[in-house]
Amino acid sequence: MENMIEFKNVGFIYEKHEGEDTVAVENVSFSVAEGEFIGIIGHNGSGKSTLSKLINAILFPTTGDVMVAGINTKDHDRVWDIRQTAGMVFQNPDNQLVATMVEEEVAFGPENLGIPPEEIRRRVDEALSTVEMGEYINKKPHQLSGGQKQRIAIAGILAMKPKCIILDEPTAMLDPSGRKEVMDTIKRLNKEEKITILHITHYMDEVVDADRILVMDGGKIAMEGTPREILSQVEKLKDLRLDVPQITELAFNLKSLNIPLGSHILTVDEMVKELCQ
Amino acid sequence: MSIEIKELSHIYSEGSPFESRALDKISGVIEKGSFTGLIGHTGSGKSTFIQHLNVLLKPTSGQIIIDGVDINDKDVNPKSVREKVGLVFQYPEHQLFEETVEKDVAYGPGNLGLDENEIADRVKNALELVGLDYEKVKDKSPFELSGGQMRRVAIAGVLAMKPRILILDEPTAGLDPRGRDDILKVIKSLHENERITVILVSHSMEDIAKFVDKIMVMYRGKIEIYDVPEKVFSQAELLEKIGLAVPQVTYLMRELKKIDPKVNQNVYTVDQAQEEIVKMIRRKDNA
Repeated sequence: MENMIEFKNVGFIYEKHEGEDTVAVENVSFSVAEGEFIGIIGHNGSGKSTLSKLINAILFPTTGDVMVAGINTKDHDRVWDIRQTAGMVFQNPDNQLVATMVEEEVAFGPENLGIPPEEIRRRVDEALSTVEMGEYINKKPHQLSGGQKQRIAIAGILAMKPKCIILDEPTAMLDPSGRKEVMDTIKRLNKEEKITILHITHYMDEVVDADRILVMDGGKIAMEGTPREILSQVEKLKDLRLDVPQITELAFNLKSLNIPLGSHILTVDEMVKELCQ
Repeated sequence: MSIEIKELSHIYSEGSPFESRALDKISGVIEKGSFTGLIGHTGSGKSTFIQHLNVLLKPTSGQIIIDGVDINDKDVNPKSVREKVGLVFQYPEHQLFEETVEKDVAYGPGNLGLDENEIADRVKNALELVGLDYEKVKDKSPFELSGGQMRRVAIAGVLAMKPRILILDEPTAGLDPRGRDDILKVIKSLHENERITVILVSHSMEDIAKFVDKIMVMYRGKIEIYDVPEKVFSQAELLEKIGLAVPQVTYLMRELKKIDPKVNQNVYTVDQAQEEIVKMIRRKDNA
């Protein structure tokens, strides 16, 4: 399988106007294979968002190289190829919707790519149906709920036929049902459309199903592994200012009371099974 | 300082084609010194409701009575209500604007016409209440601080007004788990030590479960449930139907009850769940 994203010894320094510079990312190396679902967690200021902007060629590495589908992000002539390959969805739906109609919103990306109108028409319909928002095609974005707005933002990216989508805390502003809508959509895109997903979040329960989790701290990758490997390290995560889902914390507490439980319980079902053996 | 809501309705753009009923004859009493969680999906009327509590919106009909005074009475100055009722909006750090942290926090009390010493005292006190080191942060630009710190400065700005009722609209959105816990602890200690009445709007059922003593659930402009957490979270099906959820451990206990009917399923924190499971295992061992 080809690497969708590759970081080779990447460093990034924000230059301040006065005083010293801030190192946001330091000597980070990792790769993401095509079709993977990667969860990225880390406290505020740990470098998660900088990482995502480096992939999307919004920022360029101070040292090292970032490759997206084999293209170096420093190759300025190919910035648009990169952004078409790796689309981004941000936290606040209201800051990323630009058009007055859902239909125009989704068409905005492909229009800028100079795609013929009939092809745009087809892509808009397809993208909206993929995020299950087809019936909202003639609505105004401001009439939609937060979860629906985020799904429109995702549809706008899908219409550019990306191979990879990076989501930077897409559920932070949503209510529980909105969060579920967006998470179901992202998971479906990964499974059915084989789109590579990088999901940045503070909600640990959203990365339980990921293929791999990267934990960022101080601009570096502090931990890397499967959800089971990562989320079972309750104390280490707490040291990194993070949290674990209630079930994982409960399993950890019960084990410390010498209650025999299989390790690495992540879901309600697994806990029920373990307790009722 | 109790809040009494009587048949409160709010209709946006009344009489126009865009008319929408955001609050539909809601009634209830929020007791003095209580800590209330306000939940409901986006568009359920939560924001419209809390904006009524400090007269940013006026009722289409109905009344809000705070400490025996109808806050919309024509003889009541809205400014005096806003002194008593502090409202922290979503992403309050977007409203920071001054050159230094000290000036930003002083802005509100400055508008109350207090003397300089009183303002200085209040600023210092408010910054300490939110857990910031006054000497360290006072001369900094608010924009140099981390997201969690900026938010605490913004909350300090409201606290410097010395409100008796504090309403916070999703104060932890976008913060990492530690930042979230820090803010919630600050709020909890304000409630306990300063005896401030708190209304917390949140989408996190786990946070709500951990901190509040009563939960108000809004749905389509009405109060659907208003009760203690135990009673509210025992209605999982209803909560899900209206776009909400119960804490993860509550789902677990419901499953366990199917296996051991003695399990108490009205559990919503990790500690309570742990206790129940230990009891369940003892029963199993004794059987």
